[in-house]
Amino acid sequence: MGVIVNGTDVELPDDPRVSLLDLLREGLHLSGTKKGCDQGACGACTVLVDGQRILSCLALAVQYEGRSVTTIEGLGDEGALHPLQQAFIEHDGFQCGYCTPGQICSAVGMIEELRRGVPSHVTADLAATAIPCSRDELRERMSGNLCRCGAHNGIMDAIAETYGAETHREAAE
Amino acid sequence: MTPFSYVRAADADAAVRHSGADAKYLGGGTNLVDLMRETIERPGTLVDVTGLSAGITETDGGGLLIGAAVRNTALAEHGLVRRRYPMLARAIVAGASPQIRNMATVAGNILQRTRCAYFYDRAGSRCNKRQPGRGCDAIDGFNRMHAILGASPSCVATHPSDMCVALAALDATVHVSSADGERRLPFADLHRLPGDAPDLDTVLLPGDLITAVELPPLALAERSTYRKVRDRSSYAFALVSVAAALSVENGTVTDVRLALGGVAHKPWRASKAEQALRGQPATEAAFRVAAAAELAAAEPLRDNTFKVELAQRTIVAVLGELAGVEVTGGGA
Ligand SMILES: Cc1cc2nc3c(=O)[nH]c(=O)nc-3n(C[C@H](O)[C@H](O)[C@H](O)COP(=O)(O)OP(=O)(O)OC[C@H]3O[C@@H](n4cnc5c(N)ncnc54)[C@H](O)[C@@H]3O)c2cc1C
Ligand code: SF4
Ligand code: FES
Ligand code: FES
Repeated sequence: MGVIVNGTDVELPDDPRVSLLDLLREGLHLSGTKKGCDQGACGACTVLVDGQRILSCLALAVQYEGRSVTTIEGLGDEGALHPLQQAFIEHDGFQCGYCTPGQICSAVGMIEELRRGVPSHVTADLAATAIPCSRDELRERMSGNLCRCGAHNGIMDAIAETYGAETHREAAE
Repeated sequence: MTPFSYVRAADADAAVRHSGADAKYLGGGTNLVDLMRETIERPGTLVDVTGLSAGITETDGGGLLIGAAVRNTALAEHGLVRRRYPMLARAIVAGASPQIRNMATVAGNILQRTRCAYFYDRAGSRCNKRQPGRGCDAIDGFNRMHAILGASPSCVATHPSDMCVALAALDATVHVSSADGERRLPFADLHRLPGDAPDLDTVLLPGDLITAVELPPLALAERSTYRKVRDRSSYAFALVSVAAALSVENGTVTDVRLALGGVAHKPWRASKAEQALRGQPATEAAFRVAAAAELAAAEPLRDNTFKVELAQRTIVAVLGELAGVEVTGGGA
């Protein structure tokens, strides 16, 4: 058994040292997923595994045997952008673009966590099953994705617009 | 990374069978893979133990049994954890990033290694934890993040986990399997102080497998929380953190659990402060006395004197929050 990448069955590398990130980029030439720090600190390498966001740089490819990996290439393409990709364009959610694939994969995983009721560091009421989709929540939940260009405001606007009315820019900001 | 072989263990027995002198268990890999890439860890075999129990079940007594392979996110989102042990859910979501918490397991989080920069700098620094007897570059180096309690002349590193601070406060028990059978040990006894063997983070022996963590029923934990003070508001290790549970009746502290993070080589159960609090009025003055009692033994380093005051203020603030008592802050 191999690993499924964007719906296609892919063979696992013989060498267990190969990270999932290197398998994607160097083995499969899916260069959308980026290598920023290669040590878990930046989020540029974020991909989805069975819908959950993880860091592919800290993952050995062999650990993900039989699992289904989605990269930015699997979310949308030039002809059919993912709604988040479109929103990033409209809100200037990037400058150099290096962090963008990780931001978008992360946001897709993030909204599932929020809807499932996973608490965050800023969730006031832990007992609540429905967590408000507020800007504070979104910001905290996206804090694992750094942007060296400082495009965070655009990134937040794009995510807020894509995922619902409650998240519109608060009056105080 | 040095070459290694990879095996997946279906259950605890298989994992223990695979463990040799040269093997390491692999959880999410978020710490071990990083350390292997830096060639600080060089196992010949990785035994993937994420196939072990990932279940969270209620025990007969009303506690919780948490499988070693439960992911950090799954533990923080569990309804019983949120209602009965809120400090644990809060501690977990204060740590790392959502992506890392989706990968990290309970056992891996417990056994993560220090983030001391000299420990990581294999090429350029001396470190007794990495190479026993070589010396410690942190003691006279940049030691802002380092320990103020329980350190030794051979190592001043801190344990970086947030989750563990809550486990220390909650009187958790660790279930361990090895070739010799199964045993249980109090979580508080798992991690060591560095003494003259800082290469040993815990009392576990090679081949010991953590299979579960058990939380006892603890009514007062329903009123508990975790506060982390750090250099940025998210995705940073603790300078100081406090896990606390408090029970107050008629203005008197009837029971309390208190533990500190970011201050020592192990998650630090603040027993002295607990003792100083029981039976006392739930007032800022009493909280300050208790905090001062715990920090009296502090031996700060060149760059981290601030932690002594910071730890006390954070204790007072957290106890104030739990007691519903307004605290003014300020010096102890
Ligand atoms: C950028 C970054 C920021 C971080 N910030 C924080 C933070 O703010 N707070 C915090 O608490 N943590 C933080 N972390 C650390 C993170 O929480 C740990 O890396 C994670 O919890 C480790 O879990 P794992 O399952 O991935 O462990 P692994 O990396 O798989 O393993 C860690 C250790 O545990 C051993 N092990 C694993 N399972 C078992 C078992 N069942 N029995 C015996 N031994 C076992 C392994 O052999 C290894 O020695 C951060 C990490 C990164 C990369
Ligand atoms: S403090 Fe401990 S981990 Fe850091 S350099 Fe000194 S011996 Fe190594
Ligand atoms: S490349 Fe993976 S987190 Fe930076
Ligand atoms: S757009 Fe350049 S790093 Fe984010």
